Amino acid sequence: MSIRTITFDAIVVGGGGAGMRASLQMAQSGFKTALISKVFPTRSHTVSAQGGITCAIASADPNDDWRWHMYDTVKGSDYIGDQDAIEYMCNVGPEAVFELDHMGLPFSRTEEGRIYQRPFGGQSKNFGEGGQAARTCAAADRTGHALLHTLYQQNLKNGTQFYNEWYAAELVKDADGNVCGVIAIDIESGETVFFKAKATVFATGGSGRIYASTTNALINTGDGVGMALRAGLPVQDIEMWQFHPTGIAGAGVLVTEGCRGEGGYLINKDGERFMERYAPNAKDLASRDVVARSMMMEILDGRGAGPDGDHVFLKLDHLGEEVLHSRLPGICELAITFAQTDPVKEPIPVVPTCHYMMGGIPTNVHGQAIKLSGGHEGEDQFVNGLFAVGEVACVSVHGANRLGGNSLLDLVVFGRAAGLFIEDQLRQGMTQYEPTDADIDQALARVRRWDESSGGESVSALRKELQSVMQNHFGVFRKGDLMAEGVAKLADLRERISKAHLDDKSKPFNTARIEALELDNLLEVAEATAIAAEGRTESRGAHSRYDYPDRDDENWLCHSIFDPTAKKLGKREVNFKPKTVDTFQPKARTY
Amino acid sequence: MKVSIYRYNPETDREPSMKEYEVDTQGKDLMVLDILALVKEQDESMSYRRSCREGVCGSDGMNMNGKNGLACITPLSQVAPGVLEGKKPLILRPLPGLPVIRDLVVDMGMFYNQYEKVQPFLQNNTPAPAIERLQTPEDRAKLDGLYECILCACCSTSCPSFWWNPDKFLGPAALLQSYRFLADSRDNATEERLSKLDDPFSLFRCHGIMNCVSVCPKGLNPTRAIGHIRSMLLERGI
Ligand SMILES: Cc1cc2nc3c(=O)[nH]c(=O)nc-3n(C[C@H](O)[C@H](O)[C@H](O)COP(=O)(O)OP(=O)(O)OC[C@H]3O[C@@H](n4cnc5c(N)ncnc54)[C@H](O)[C@@H]3O)c2cc1C
Ligand code: SF4
Ligand code: SF4
Ligand code: FES
Repeated sequence: MSIRTITFDAIVVGGGGAGMRASLQMAQSGFKTALISKVFPTRSHTVSAQGGITCAIASADPNDDWRWHMYDTVKGSDYIGDQDAIEYMCNVGPEAVFELDHMGLPFSRTEEGRIYQRPFGGQSKNFGEGGQAARTCAAADRTGHALLHTLYQQNLKNGTQFYNEWYAAELVKDADGNVCGVIAIDIESGETVFFKAKATVFATGGSGRIYASTTNALINTGDGVGMALRAGLPVQDIEMWQFHPTGIAGAGVLVTEGCRGEGGYLINKDGERFMERYAPNAKDLASRDVVARSMMMEILDGRGAGPDGDHVFLKLDHLGEEVLHSRLPGICELAITFAQTDPVKEPIPVVPTCHYMMGGIPTNVHGQAIKLSGGHEGEDQFVNGLFAVGEVACVSVHGANRLGGNSLLDLVVFGRAAGLFIEDQLRQGMTQYEPTDADIDQALARVRRWDESSGGESVSALRKELQSVMQNHFGVFRKGDLMAEGVAKLADLRERISKAHLDDKSKPFNTARIEALELDNLLEVAEATAIAAEGRTESRGAHSRYDYPDRDDENWLCHSIFDPTAKKLGKREVNFKPKTVDTFQPKARTY
Repeated sequence: MKVSIYRYNPETDREPSMKEYEVDTQGKDLMVLDILALVKEQDESMSYRRSCREGVCGSDGMNMNGKNGLACITPLSQVAPGVLEGKKPLILRPLPGLPVIRDLVVDMGMFYNQYEKVQPFLQNNTPAPAIERLQTPEDRAKLDGLYECILCACCSTSCPSFWWNPDKFLGPAALLQSYRFLADSRDNATEERLSKLDDPFSLFRCHGIMNCVSVCPKGLNPTRAIGHIRSMLLERGI
């Protein structure tokens, strides 16, 4: 079957913070690049980020040091973040953040005119010895919005070629597994096209929609991970899902950790500030995994609030109206809209909610995608032609638990790094791998399957079922037998989804077709998560098991690698060799 | 409750029509976006845009019982009296004044074009310092009420001047962004920006009708921003 081919030097799939930072770099280089996004770029999920971007720019504290930030990040990752990558991010970070200011990002300001920084969870001075740090650069509580719009504006200025409302459906690879580009659908017309490129950069974001309750946008369906897995490529640490302590109960909408940074705290139904018991030093600003678990313990021990005792409260009223309206205006709006609660007067009902995918496509600091020579084991090898940046990638700077504010930094630092690297490679001459018609045909099979479906279950019912399996079997606390049940349910779902029905086969702006294609990706991410979670027999960071309550450094101080072909879980070494500082050795993690 | 939705598929329909649906809300004050999801479960061929479902991405601007707004942060009780109680139908139409692609999805091209025309990016030809460009909290405060725009187009598509001249009058959203950069102490392209606006149409077609202000879901005030630019232009003229 022949479809139209559009050729570029490089294509970026995804117009969030990571994708647009990469495309900006490449647009400035003069190579022929395009950015494909399933939504108009400023509608990407990055727009929702609230609290800020963590970086040692030494504004709040003139003595701040990127090495302290590095220490916090390594500790936060529960020691399976790669230290060379964390070193790079924390060290290059200030340059990348100052660039954002020069591009026009409207950061909040200090009296000195510098960028305002607020305290966030897991931050310390002097390698954990100097008390709480304030390292998160903020534009009120709309930092993601400010960042995303600024990057879009700069891309306009630099003439990036956008394919907005185009949906990437599948990777195209040649017989040797080299990536040649993607199949994408123009949502408006329904046309299916082959985008051919020497470099394909995935910046497709997270996949929080595998859970029933999530802070993530409806479009966060893990398309990049799904495409990689279907192409037989592995994912790393995919069992590591962050549950954010403060999702609004019932709605799932997030209220930023910056609320606690500004002095808010959590209380149980008795009004007790319970974090003092779980984390005597950092209290409410302990790492997210620690706070989320503590909240669940309160709820499970019967100290939850509400008729069903299923949430706790975030108290902010003591900060006063002025602080709330100047520092946290967006939060006040969200609380009124989604919790019918005015934080100036009453506490907000909150519950740990699925928030962030620490795992993803394994890459190095240049964004080059990595696979293992033996599927789930063996040597690192590059996947020629494929790159990944942002939440879809696992560099890994977040390890088993991401610190607040580190994702936005990850986006701009590694989006930029990948852009620089690809630019350089293109200059040296990169290979364009050529697919055969059969290769393209194979990539089209899935789109065709839905278009030819007749009869079968509906997409929305199957999606709901999948989300509830993940919620009930792979939540904050996990257990072997419960997870085994979940894995079996997902296997059944795979069978049923492969026969599901797309009723509307029309072409123009058919969102039902897009939702069907997204369902396949949700399933891939869910299954990888489930098998990896069952396989990692320890508790580390966000992955917490009743049956293996302790961290097991002897067996699991490593990345997990899920190989979709054999459906097997293997291990990959963590990097403990930063270039300019001494290794941070694993220690017990207390806050 | 009854929901009436504007339906049009260019592939099969010669002209648009309103289609009625019956939705069970169990008496809950759901958001309009939740209602759309329930309708889509019944009829997957009904298309609409959505992403963040929390009022920050600007995807789901639409016309609800005659007023523009975001479906995801508009509860039934706020659409119009009687809608929540099921006494009146919920009536959903695409944003007015822009071509319809399908159902509730409009072609935003003209709206984005006007945005691009105001050069919505910081311009500063002095060399950048090694750190950030300093800005006082007072200067930064001038950007509040401007930078928060989510490009939802609720304002411009409720503006009669924009309906008549969508190609020549920039419209409230683009003008708000124009002022966002005029007001930024870090931007030094003021003169160039102003001279581009100094014609009978780009800005001066605004007649202060304030529809834009009353519909903006982010509580922004394009009319005031337009007023500020107007004074800057007049001062410059003297
Ligand atoms: C509510 C909330 C608040 C947050 N606050 C913070 C914070 O304060 N600080 C912080 O550091 N982090 C925060 N995070 C995390 C952070 O916002 C995200 O991790 C980050 O924005 C992800 O950016 P991204 O560029 O990787 O992807 P996204 O911004 O999610 O963008 C993904 C892009 O890929 C495109 N795409 C996806 N699939 C396809 C496809 N198949 N075809 C074409 N295009 C596709 C989409 O259109 C989109 O443009 C927050 C997260 C949430 C949920
Ligand atoms: S005030 Fe001006 S911009 Fe706003 S609706 Fe009226 S004419 Fe349009
Ligand atoms: S000014 Fe308000 S209504 Fe207009 S596009 Fe911006 S957010 Fe939407
Ligand atoms: S879905 Fe994002 S604004 Fe409504």
